[in-house]
Amino acid sequence: MTFTREQVAKVADLARLHLSETEIDSMSRQLTSILEFFDQLQAIDTTGVEPMAHGVAIENVFRDDEKHPGLPPDEALANAPKRAGDFFAVPPILD
Amino acid sequence: MSIIEKSACELIEMLGNREISSREVTAAFCDRIEAVDSRVRAFLHYDRDQALRRADEIDHRRSAGQEVGLLAGVPVAIKDILCARGEPTTCGSKMLEHFKAPYDAHVIERLDRAGAVRLGRVNMDEFAMGSSCENSAYQKTANPWDLRRVPGGSSGGSAACVAALEAPLSIGTDTGGSIRQPASLCGIVGLKPTYGRVSRFGLVAYASSLDQIGPMARSVVDAALLLEAIAGHDPRDSTSLPHPVPPYRQSCQQPLPKLRVGVVTDYFGEGLDEEVAVAVKKAIEVYRSLGATIVDVRLPTSAHAIPTYYVVATAEASSNLARYDGVHYGHRAKEYRDLVDMYKRSRGEGFGHEVKRRIMLGTLALSAGRRDAFYNKALQVRRLLRGDYDAAFQQCDVVLGPTSPTAAFKLGEKSDDPLAMYLSDIYTVATNLAGLPGLSLPCGFTKSGLPIGLQLQGPAMAEETLLRAGYMYEQATDWHRQTAPLAGTS
Repeated sequence: MTFTREQVAKVADLARLHLSETEIDSMSRQLTSILEFFDQLQAIDTTGVEPMAHGVAIENVFRDDEKHPGLPPDEALANAPKRAGDFFAVPPILD
Repeated sequence: MSIIEKSACELIEMLGNREISSREVTAAFCDRIEAVDSRVRAFLHYDRDQALRRADEIDHRRSAGQEVGLLAGVPVAIKDILCARGEPTTCGSKMLEHFKAPYDAHVIERLDRAGAVRLGRVNMDEFAMGSSCENSAYQKTANPWDLRRVPGGSSGGSAACVAALEAPLSIGTDTGGSIRQPASLCGIVGLKPTYGRVSRFGLVAYASSLDQIGPMARSVVDAALLLEAIAGHDPRDSTSLPHPVPPYRQSCQQPLPKLRVGVVTDYFGEGLDEEVAVAVKKAIEVYRSLGATIVDVRLPTSAHAIPTYYVVATAEASSNLARYDGVHYGHRAKEYRDLVDMYKRSRGEGFGHEVKRRIMLGTLALSAGRRDAFYNKALQVRRLLRGDYDAAFQQCDVVLGPTSPTAAFKLGEKSDDPLAMYLSDIYTVATNLAGLPGLSLPCGFTKSGLPIGLQLQGPAMAEETLLRAGYMYEQATDWHRQTAPLAGTS
C-alpha cells in the first residue's frame, strides 16, 4: 500500500493541519511504511468479537444537575490568542 | 549518606522526628538541580524560591502542631502535562509555550494536600508522544547512566530527574509505556496504575481511554507512598473508580506467601536483546528462590499489540488534539488567509513532527472507508488482548517479562525511524489497551553499565499485589541501590 502525496494532502486537510512540501514528502514515505506494518491486523480473525473501546467496563456516571461555580470570564479568556470583550476573537467567516 | 541519596520514606521519618526541616531537604535537591541539570536537562521550569517558600510553609505547619499530610515536606517533580493553576504547562510543545493553566489537576490538589513540595516541571515528549524524550520542543534530556543516551519517554524528564537524585519522587503519565519504559531505561521504579485508579482531571489528554498518571521513585516503597497520595475517586473524571485506596506504603512490605508468577513466553522471542533476556531470566530465578511458583503463560495477541495501540491511540489523539485551534488557547499563526487557514497554520506551526504524524495516522484510521479496517478492527483485537490477560490471570497472580526490549539507546539513534521507535514499547502497550496496572523495577545492568527493567503486570486493581511482589524482589536484590554516575558528555 502506497500512501501518495495527494492522499497525505487530503488527510492533512481533514485534520486541519498545514504541512510544508517537505513534510508532505516525508509523511508520504513514513505513513506508507507504518500502514504496511499495521496491515498485519487484517490477518487476525476477529469474527464475532465485540469492539472494546475501554479497558475498564464503565457505565454511565450521573450526577445531580446542580449549578457549580465555573471559571470567571477573565480567567477563561486569559490564554486566548485574541479576545474581544468577553469573547474569543476569530477572523471574519463571512464577507 | 547525603540528603539527596535518602529515600522519600527515610526523609519523611527524619522530618517527622525533627532531625531535618523541609527547607533543608528542598534546598539540598535544589542545589543538586543547579549542579547537574545543565547536563541532565530534565527540568523545563524550576523555581527555587517558590519551592523553598512551600517548604517553609510545611515546616511552619509542623512546628505549629498542624496536620502535614502523607508527603509531609518531601519534594516531587511534575511531568509538564498536569495543569497547575497559574503555572506553565507546556506539554513539551511550542503549541502551549505561553499557556498558563487556569486550574489545578486533581493530582496536583492531592499532592498539595499531602504536603508535597512541588519542585518544578520536567521534560517530556511533546504531548506524551514518544519513547525517548527527543520529541520535546524544548530540550533533549540525557540518561543519567550515560549522558549520550536517551532517558526513554515520554516521561523521560520524570525518570531522569529521579535517577540523577534531583528529586526523590516524580509524577509521570503512561499511555503506552511512558512511565515504565523510561523507569526501565533510567534504572528506577515506575508504576502505571489500573485505568481509573488515578483521576485524569487536569491531565492534558493524549489518548483518553489509555492515559494514566502514576508514581516514579527509586524504590518500590517510595512508589507505593506516592501512589497512596494520588489515587482515589474524583467525581470530575467520569472514568475514575470508586474503590477505596489501600495503605500501599505499609501493605507493600508484606511478602506474598503463595505468589504465582506467570512468565510470558511470547516476550522472549525475536527483538529482545540478549543481555536483557538474561537479566530477566535471573529475576525469575530470584522469585523461585523466594518460594514463588513459576508458570509459563501465553499472551498470543501481544504480537499485534503495537499496531493495535498505534491505531487506537492515534485515533483518540486526533480527536483530542482538535482542540488546539488557535482560538481558545495555544499558538495562533501570525499570517493566514481565513478562519480555516488560521486553524491549519496555527496547528502546522505549533505541533512538532511526531504529533503531526500521529494526528495524520489517527485521522486516517477514522476516515470514511477506512474506519472498519483500522479503528474498529483494532478495538476488536483490543478485546482479544484483554481476553489473553484474563486467561493468564487464571493461572497466576502477576505476569513477568522485560519492560523494554533493549537498554537505553543513543540520542538520535531512532529519531528518523518512527517505526523502530514505536517498537521500543512492544511489551508495555498491551497493559494500557487492557486497562491493567504495570510495574517496572530495576533488575540488572548491561556490560556497559546501562540499567535493565523487569516488568510485572497484574489484574485490574491489583496494584497492591504488584507492589508486594516488586518489594519481595527488591529486598532480595540491590539493583535499586546503585546510583547513576552521570557519565559521558552530552
